[in-house]
Amino acid sequence: MAVLVDLTKCIGCESCSVACKLWNKLPYGKEKSRRQKEKDLNDDNWTVIQEKHVEGENGKAYTRFVKKQCLHCLEPSCASACFSKALRVDPDTHAVVYVPELCVGCRYCMIACPFEIPRYQWDEPLPLVTKCEFCVGRLKDGDAPACVSACPTGALVYGERDALIARAHEIIAANPHYVDYVYGEKELGGTQWLYISDQPFEKLGFKMGLEEIPPSTYTHAYLSKVPFLAAAWGLFLAGMSYYHHRRAKNEKKPPEKKEEGDGRI
Amino acid sequence: MKIKLPQMYRCYRILGWDFTITPARVVLLLLVAFMGCVALTRLLTGFRYITNLTDETPWGLWISFDVLCGVALAGGGYSTALLVGGFKYQKYGVVARSALLTSLLGYLLVMAGLFLDIGLWPHFWRPFVSWGYTSVLFEVFWCISIYTTILTLEFHEVITERMFKFLHPYVLKALPFLVIIGLIFPMMHQSSLGGLFLIAKSKMFPLWWSPLLPLYFLISSFFVGSAMVCVESDLARRNYAHRIDPHIMLQLTRVGGRIMLVYLALKLIDVTRQGQWGLVFQGSMQSNLYLLEMVGGILVPLFIIFSPLAHRKYGVLVYSWLVVAGVVLNRMNCVFTAMYKSGDYFPSPFEFAVSIGLVSIGCLAYGIIVENFNVLGSRRVTQHHILQKTDLL
Repeated sequence: MAVLVDLTKCIGCESCSVACKLWNKLPYGKEKSRRQKEKDLNDDNWTVIQEKHVEGENGKAYTRFVKKQCLHCLEPSCASACFSKALRVDPDTHAVVYVPELCVGCRYCMIACPFEIPRYQWDEPLPLVTKCEFCVGRLKDGDAPACVSACPTGALVYGERDALIARAHEIIAANPHYVDYVYGEKELGGTQWLYISDQPFEKLGFKMGLEEIPPSTYTHAYLSKVPFLAAAWGLFLAGMSYYHHRRAKNEKKPPEKKEEGDGRI
Repeated sequence: MKIKLPQMYRCYRILGWDFTITPARVVLLLLVAFMGCVALTRLLTGFRYITNLTDETPWGLWISFDVLCGVALAGGGYSTALLVGGFKYQKYGVVARSALLTSLLGYLLVMAGLFLDIGLWPHFWRPFVSWGYTSVLFEVFWCISIYTTILTLEFHEVITERMFKFLHPYVLKALPFLVIIGLIFPMMHQSSLGGLFLIAKSKMFPLWWSPLLPLYFLISSFFVGSAMVCVESDLARRNYAHRIDPHIMLQLTRVGGRIMLVYLALKLIDVTRQGQWGLVFQGSMQSNLYLLEMVGGILVPLFIIFSPLAHRKYGVLVYSWLVVAGVVLNRMNCVFTAMYKSGDYFPSPFEFAVSIGLVSIGCLAYGIIVENFNVLGSRRVTQHHILQKTDLL
C-alpha cells in the first residue's frame, strides 16, 4: 500500500499531525531536553508539517508545507540493520513496524536510515526508538492511515502503490506547473510514501541524488561472502596447524638438530 | 619550601595475592570510582543527563572510542596469535602473553562500554534469541561475544599455572583449537565493524565510504595490533623493567608496516578509482582531517619504520604511537567527521569520565594481573619504583 502526497494541495492545517497524535496516543507539548532548530520529528511527533519558503523562477516567493514522516521504504535500511528484528516489515501491509520488546537500544537503525527518520526517547530511563508505523492496525482493517483520513484537502491519497504512481504521472502530465518527478518512485529501491510538487524538491528539504538501489544491497553483498571466507580461513589455519604439528613431530626423530634459519620452526 | 611526600608505595599480600598501591593507582582508582557513579546514573536515568547524544548524532564517544577504537586497539592479540600460533614465528612468542592479556582486557572493556551505550540494557541478550541476521551488527555482536569467551579460555593457560592447577593440562590440550577459533572470529568482526557503515552510504562523506570498508578495518586492526603491542611493552618496560629485544620489536612492527603499505596502496587505488582526488584537496574540514589521518597516521609512520630512523632510540616507539593515533582518528572520522552535519555534538564531561574510567580499569587490571601471574616472563613482577625503594634493584 502507499500514500501519494500532493504538496500543491497542502495548506498546512496540521490535521494530520493531530490525527497521528490521537491515534497513536502520543503526548502533547512535553518539554524536551534536546533542542531542535526547526519543527522536526521527535519521539512524540511521528509526523510534522514543515513550512518551507521558496523563491520561484519568476522571483515570486512561495510557501509550501512539507509533511515529514517515515517513508516506509520497500527495502528498508533500518529493518535490514536491526540486529534483533525489532524493526521489521509487516508481511500483510508492507509497513515498517517496531516491536519494542525486541529492541536493545543500539540505535544502529538511526545510523542506517538514509532519511533520518527514527527518533530516540532521550528523556526516558529505558528509551525506545520511535517512528511512524503507517497505522498498521488501521491498514489491516482496511482503513487508510489516521493522517490520510484526517486530511481535508485531498493532499494525501491512500491506495495501491502502482496505481498511485500511475496517477502521479497523470497529474504531472496534465499540469505543466508540476516538477516532472515523483519523489519516492525510485529512491533507494522505492518508498511507499510518494511526493509530487510544483517547486523543486531540493528546495523543499528533500534529499536528492540518491541511488536507485537500496543501501542494504551493500551489506548483503558483504555478508553473503563472510561465511565462505570464514570457513576457508578456518580450514587454512587448521591446515597450517596440522602441518606444523607434523613437522615438529618428524623433526624430533633425527637426533641431530638443525640450525634455526629465519626463526621459523 | 620542601614538601615531604607521604610514602605511598605499598605492597600488600592478601591470601598470597599481591596488591600494590602507587600514587598513579590511587588516581586511577578515583577515576574508576567516579566512572562507577556516572555509569550507575546512566543506567538508572537514561541518556538525558549523562550524554550529549541527539537524534542527529545517535552514536557518540562511547561507540567511537570505547567500542570501535577499543576493538581495533585490542587487535594486538589476534595479530600476534596469527604470527606465533598460525605461522609459527616463535621469536615473537615473547610478547604473546602480554598481547593476549591486553586484548582480553580490551574486549571486556568494549563489552562494558557497549552495555552502557545500549538504551534498553535489560534487553541486551535479545539478539541471541531474535536473529536479525541481515544486520552487520548481528555478526559483530555474535563474533565479539564468542571471541571474548575464547580469549578468556585462552588466558586460562596463564591462570591455571597458579589457580586450579589440575585444569592446566586440559587447557594446554584445547589450546590449538582455541587459537584457530580465536583467529577466525576476530578477523570476522574486525572487518564487520567497517561493514557497519556500508549501509550508511548516502549519509557519509565519500572519502570514508567505500565498498572496501570491511577490508580497511581488518587491515588497519592488524597493523595497529603490532603497534599497540609495542606501546604496551614500552609501558611494561618503564614500570616493570621488562625488556624485550628491540630487534624483535622492530621486526614485529615492520610486519605491520608491510601490511600498512598494502593498506596505503588500496586507499590510493580506491580514491583514484572513485575519482575523489578533488575531495582530498578541497580544503574543507573533512578533507583536512582525511589528510591528517593519511599523512600523520600512515605516510609518516611508514617513512619512519622503513628508513634508518627506525634504528634510533625512539624510532619504533614514535612509529607505534603515530599508528595508534592514526587508527583512533580514522575510527572517530568514520563516526563523526564522515556524518558531520551541524557539529552540535560534543561529548559531555560524563561521557569522557566513562571512557577514561574504562581505560583506568584496564590499566589497573593489567597491573594486578601481571604482578600475580606469569605474563611478562617471570612468575610475578614487581614495579620498578618499589624495587628501587626496597634496594632490591
